[in-house]
Amino acid sequence: MSTQTVSSESLQDKRSESALVPDAKFMKQMNDEVKVNVNLCYQCRKCSAGCPMSADMDYTPVQLIHAIRLGLKELVLNSKTMWMCSSCQTCTTRCPQEVDIARIMDAAKIMAIAEGIKPPVSSVHTFNKAALRNIKWFGRMYELGLIGDLKMRTFEFFKDMGLGAKMFFKGKLKIVPSLSPLRTLTTWKIFSRVKKKERSS
Amino acid sequence: MKYAYYPGCSLHSTGAEFDVSFKAVSGKLGIELEEVPGWVCCGTSPAHASSHLLATALPIKNLALAEYAQAKEVAVPCAACYSRFKSALYDIDQDEKLKEDVKEVIGSSFQGKVKVLHPLEIFAGLPVAELKDKVKEKPVNTKVVCYYGCLLTRPPKVMQFDNVEYPMTMDQVLENVGYEVLDWSYKTDCCGATFALTETDAVLRLCEKILKDAQEVGANAIAVACPLCHANLDTRQSDINAKYNTQYNIPIYYFTQLMGLAFGFTPKELGVNKHLTEVPV
Repeated sequence: MSTQTVSSESLQDKRSESALVPDAKFMKQMNDEVKVNVNLCYQCRKCSAGCPMSADMDYTPVQLIHAIRLGLKELVLNSKTMWMCSSCQTCTTRCPQEVDIARIMDAAKIMAIAEGIKPPVSSVHTFNKAALRNIKWFGRMYELGLIGDLKMRTFEFFKDMGLGAKMFFKGKLKIVPSLSPLRTLTTWKIFSRVKKKERSS
Repeated sequence: MKYAYYPGCSLHSTGAEFDVSFKAVSGKLGIELEEVPGWVCCGTSPAHASSHLLATALPIKNLALAEYAQAKEVAVPCAACYSRFKSALYDIDQDEKLKEDVKEVIGSSFQGKVKVLHPLEIFAGLPVAELKDKVKEKPVNTKVVCYYGCLLTRPPKVMQFDNVEYPMTMDQVLENVGYEVLDWSYKTDCCGATFALTETDAVLRLCEKILKDAQEVGANAIAVACPLCHANLDTRQSDINAKYNTQYNIPIYYFTQLMGLAFGFTPKELGVNKHLTEVPV
C-alpha cells in the first residue's frame, strides 16, 4: 500500500524533471542486452506482489518494466529500484510470461553506470566496486580487507563495529588474507580481458 | 564416492563451520572430497550486478579447473556459489556468443562435462539406511524448520532443484537422521542476502519475519544451507531484538552441523561454538 503512494509521488517529481521523454531505442537496447522481450509483460504484477524489497523501491518491478516498454530511459536509469533488488529471483520465477526481471535489474544497473549516472543508493554500488577490487587483487574474497575498504570509502567507521568485533573473536574473520600469486594472476587476467572485450564491443 | 569440492570464499572465513561440518559428515559417510586446485571466487552478486561476461567467466573458470583435475562432479555447498555455477552453465548453453567470449576470457578450454551438485543432493541420493546407520544418538527436543533461502531453488529452470516454492530435500535428510522437522511458511523467503553490510535495515525487516514464523510453529532451531542466510539470521538476531523489541534466541545451524550432531560429533568439532546466537546446552 505504502509503496503505491511513494511511487506516484516520485513519478510526479520525475515528471517535473521532464524524465518522461521516451527514448525510442531504449527498449530494444534492454531486450538485446538481456535477451528477453519485455513486451511480453501483461502487467499481472506477480513480480511486484512477491518482491521482498518493493517497499524500499521507488518503482515496483512491474512499474519499472512498464517504464522500459515506454522507453523512459532517464526515469529507469535514475531509479532506486534496481539498486534495492536483492536478486532473490522471485519475480523471474513467478513471471507467467518468462520475463527475466532479475536479469533486467542487473542490466539496468550496468547501463546506469555506463551512462555515468550516480546511483541513488550509493552504498550498494560502493560495496560492489570494493568487492570486485578485492576479488581481482586476492583471487578470493578477503572479508576483513573488504570491510576496511568499504569503511574508508563510506566513512561509516563505527557501523557494525560491535558485530565485527564479536565475529572476530569467534574466529569468523581472518586477519591475513590467503595469498597466492597464481590465483591473483588468474583473476587479474580474467578481469582485464573482460574489460578489454567490453570496451571493444 | 569421490567429489571435487569448491568451498568458495565464505566457507574459508565467515562460514568456516559449514566447511568443517560438511567435511566431518562426508568423512563419516565415506564421501571423499578433493578441493579444486587453484579455485578463485565465483564473483557472487557484485559480479552479476556489474558485468554478465565476468559473472559467467568466473564460475566457468572454476569448473574448467575442476575439469583439468579430472573431476566429474563438483560439490558446492554455498548456495550463492551454487547458483552462480548453475546460472553460468545455463547461460553459456543458451548463448553461443557468450560461450565463445567466456572461453577467450578464461584462457582455457572447457568441455562442460562437469556436474555441479549441492551437498543436499549428494546426501539425499544416499540410501536412507546408510544415513540412519550412522546415527549415534537420536536427537531429542530439537524441533527444526528448514530454511532454503532464495538461491537453491530459484529460478527453477536454471536450478532444477526440488520444488521451487516448497522444497523438501533438507527436511527429508534431517528427518532421516532423526530430527523432528516442522512445516512452516518461510522456507524460500529472502533474508536480504547481500544487503547485510549495506542496507542493513532491510535485512533486519526480512529476517524478523523468518524468525517470527519459526517461533510461531514451535521450532527451536533453524537449519540453513547458505553462509549468507546463516550470517544474516545468526549475527543479526540481537540487532533484530533491539529494533523490534523481541526476544528471539533461536540457534541457526548449517544442516551439516545438525547431521554431525546426530552422528555423534561434539559441537566443537562441528564449529557450533562459532555461532553468535548462543546454543542452549
